[in-house]
Amino acid sequence: MTMLGDRQQLSYIASQAADARLNLELETEGMTLNIGPQHPATHGTLRIIARLDGEQVVWAEPACGYMHRGYEKLTEVRTFPQVTTLVNRIDWLGSFANEVPFILAAEKLMGVEAPTRAQYIRTILFELSRIANVSLFLGDLGVQLGAITPVFLAFRDREYVLNLIESATGGRFHPNFDRIGGLKDDLPAGWIDETRAVMKKLRSFCDQIEDLLFGNEIFQSRTRGIGVIPRDVALQYGLSGANLRASGVDWDLRRDQTLPMVWDKADWKVWTHPDGDSFARCWVRLQETRESTKIVDQLLGAIPSGPVMAKVPKIIKVPEGEAWVSTENPLGEMGYYVVSRGDLGPFRVKIRSASFNNISITPWLLRGVYVPDIVTILASLYFILGDIDR
Amino acid sequence: MPPKSPNGEVRQLSSSSETTTPVVDLEREQMLEAIKLSLGDVFVDSHLKPGDDLWIRVRTDSWLGSVQKLRDHHSFDYFGFLSAIDWMPSPYGRGEDDPTEPAPVRDTTIRSGYAGGDTRMQVFIRLVNSKTHLGITVKVDVADSSPSVESLITIFAGANWHERETHEMFGIDFVGHNDLRNMYLPVDFEGHPLRKDFPLLARMVKPWPGIVDVEPLPGGDEEDSAEVKASAQSKDSDAS
Repeated sequence: MTMLGDRQQLSYIASQAADARLNLELETEGMTLNIGPQHPATHGTLRIIARLDGEQVVWAEPACGYMHRGYEKLTEVRTFPQVTTLVNRIDWLGSFANEVPFILAAEKLMGVEAPTRAQYIRTILFELSRIANVSLFLGDLGVQLGAITPVFLAFRDREYVLNLIESATGGRFHPNFDRIGGLKDDLPAGWIDETRAVMKKLRSFCDQIEDLLFGNEIFQSRTRGIGVIPRDVALQYGLSGANLRASGVDWDLRRDQTLPMVWDKADWKVWTHPDGDSFARCWVRLQETRESTKIVDQLLGAIPSGPVMAKVPKIIKVPEGEAWVSTENPLGEMGYYVVSRGDLGPFRVKIRSASFNNISITPWLLRGVYVPDIVTILASLYFILGDIDR
Repeated sequence: MPPKSPNGEVRQLSSSSETTTPVVDLEREQMLEAIKLSLGDVFVDSHLKPGDDLWIRVRTDSWLGSVQKLRDHHSFDYFGFLSAIDWMPSPYGRGEDDPTEPAPVRDTTIRSGYAGGDTRMQVFIRLVNSKTHLGITVKVDVADSSPSVESLITIFAGANWHERETHEMFGIDFVGHNDLRNMYLPVDFEGHPLRKDFPLLARMVKPWPGIVDVEPLPGGDEEDSAEVKASAQSKDSDAS
């Protein structure tokens, strides 16, 4: 792994030398291509500056900061229950999943555990937000490569999931439903049957996408072997989620971590792929969506009765201490390092978002690729701008 | 309310007094012993929460070396994140002061967290062993006068952006990192926003609406509005 630094440096020097030689011999100049800030491939406002030599990228770097909202500073002036409103907006496609690790960290510091029913509902909503998030990715993937149909399917089927989230929590995008000690409310009547029906639809959506996209020859030739991330590089950059598993690392925080959640009560599989290319990343996400629907189905039948809220004081003061909790969010490992001083609000919250790490590999990954592949690689890395800038 | 420390000294949460819970975490204890052994005198302090997590603190002058040892000899090969923390309580509190009244004096005694600390600011990093999935938080003190620490980009390429962010937000210099440009803020931005003595301006220019829930009625005299204010304040603290 120590080789990487050298290797990177060498390739950089080589590319610089190539650039210089090109300029001398052919009297040509490299070109700087600016992608974004507004570009459909960027899920928000990310700008990518790429220096080109012909059709090849010599050097590329994303410019972040168009959506920096300073949540780490803002958490310091809010009370613990107020923070969920902020963190909802980090990864806005899977909002509920953002609340969970923060609430778990606060609960850990307080020594509170949510009742079993609340844990089940939490896990189900967590997986639903994953499905809503990743189904959009699967549809969007087609658009990046010039296929229009999948995105319509994705928006149609994601709507079913959003409706479920809305009927349970009251918010389509920003549920703000998780509370320290449990949940705001119980599930509405008839929700479980409705969810079962939607999960069936989502499974057929996954089949459709697999037929439409993954079996498509153009899709395969545009993604296979493109943007390969080896295992050691993925670990060094702290990639997480499907990006890590597509590089052959068998690691899922839902399985490999003990948290007061109920993923272990369901029977499901962690998918990995040995290739580490764009295709692998997309494929792992597709399989994960299927697994998520399975998890939801199994948990729906096993929800125990009981309260959804533990006994917590009305004014929540979190005891002094430090806690780190991370969960396997739709985009990868999302974690909060919460420092409390026994006050109403946190002393410091470090938000470790998945996309920040996932996208920090792009300067390394984009070097040497062809221009059309930039979009493919970025799409397959899958990031949400709010999750990079926070 | 945090207890006051005499003489403004840096107080530490002692690591021994909090690990007396009956739960035994052999895996992490063995890990800690091994780390202690291989780091030698570079190792400063540790804190172990059985069944939860492990914190260690290393000496500033061998930050790079100790992280490299952790990676090479203890298989902490997954880079989680790098950030910093400013242990000085904010002189502005939670930004809920009434700007029309004189600012209250707050206790800004520095108290460090787990695994102790001697300085106001600390850099910390999260590493995970990708085989056993056990994680560790490594902290290092940074000098108050010229906060700087060695850069980790040679051993974890992913530290690059994290160090840039930390440099921007805390003003900590990473020696060996030659590209500490701002990630988020404009180039000419002054100050380091995540330092505790950097005020949150949104709360400074306008009073936080939580102070007064009900706007005083037009024509209401001074006493009435003061009463409304007081009751609103108590209501607010109840609701939160």
